[in-house]
Amino acid sequence: MSGHVHRDDYGARLGMWLFLVTEMVLFGGLFIAYSYMRYRYPAEFHHGGSELNVTLGVTNTIVLLTSSLTVVLAIVAVQRAERKRALAFLSTTLALGLIFLVIKSFEWGAKFHHGLYPNSPHLATLPPGEQVFFGLYFTMTGLHGVHVIVGLGVLSVMLWWVATGRVRQDRYIHLENSGLYWHLVDVIWIFLLPLFYLAA
Amino acid sequence: MSVSIEHPAEAHTEHPGYAIFIKVWLVLLVLTGCLVGMSHVSQTYAVWGLLTLTPLKAGLVFYFFMHLKYEGPLFKVVVLVTLGTLLIFFALLFSDVAFH
Repeated sequence: MSGHVHRDDYGARLGMWLFLVTEMVLFGGLFIAYSYMRYRYPAEFHHGGSELNVTLGVTNTIVLLTSSLTVVLAIVAVQRAERKRALAFLSTTLALGLIFLVIKSFEWGAKFHHGLYPNSPHLATLPPGEQVFFGLYFTMTGLHGVHVIVGLGVLSVMLWWVATGRVRQDRYIHLENSGLYWHLVDVIWIFLLPLFYLAA
Repeated sequence: MSVSIEHPAEAHTEHPGYAIFIKVWLVLLVLTGCLVGMSHVSQTYAVWGLLTLTPLKAGLVFYFFMHLKYEGPLFKVVVLVTLGTLLIFFALLFSDVAFH
């Protein structure tokens, strides 16, 4: 049996999609919770949204959309055996992912500076609806941020594997699945932008 | 020796090029601009933008960037069943809320 390698790219992609739908259900539950709370506290959600920085939210959207583009272009480059171009696209994706996290940290830092963080004394003085708004804001953007960090880790490995030839023209399922994960992170942010930053 | 399993749905003979993805990215940027613009008009426009443009943007990412366009029906069914399930949960919650 040695030297006999079983490969099923179709099955690997299907497995990845099954994992991704569990992620969709995870975030979907939070989106449903948001919808109910916004229905219950419309004025407080409107006010909470006005305290978020729309420019930073939109900038991060453009950053993530562009990173999604570069990761899919990296796959095209690998399919065409253009390794240098694939490395350039993947490096750009990683750089954009880091920029996203830096912007996010500035944004969270400003909120912390104003006494807005989970369980803070200032947050406890706000109306219940605003407490819920910021609770959901930190939970959902925080969980999304964790996914960005995991995605960056996975894509760093892909960069290494493309560089060393482990991912190549005839074998790129790992990169394809990593890209799927990164795109889902992008899709979740596509929903977070209007729900939080454009809520006001 | 490497053994690959061939699937009937795996018609991956022709790979898409760079251009199609760049065009989709441009559309996504334009839609984001429209979404932000609508949110500045009024609350009603903002909600309509959220309900129409946001799923459209997500759909474009699913269909093109995530290659659902090039996958067999099974992948599309998996995604649609998941979204349908979430929609049922959403409808059940709000049907309950409506009678409170």
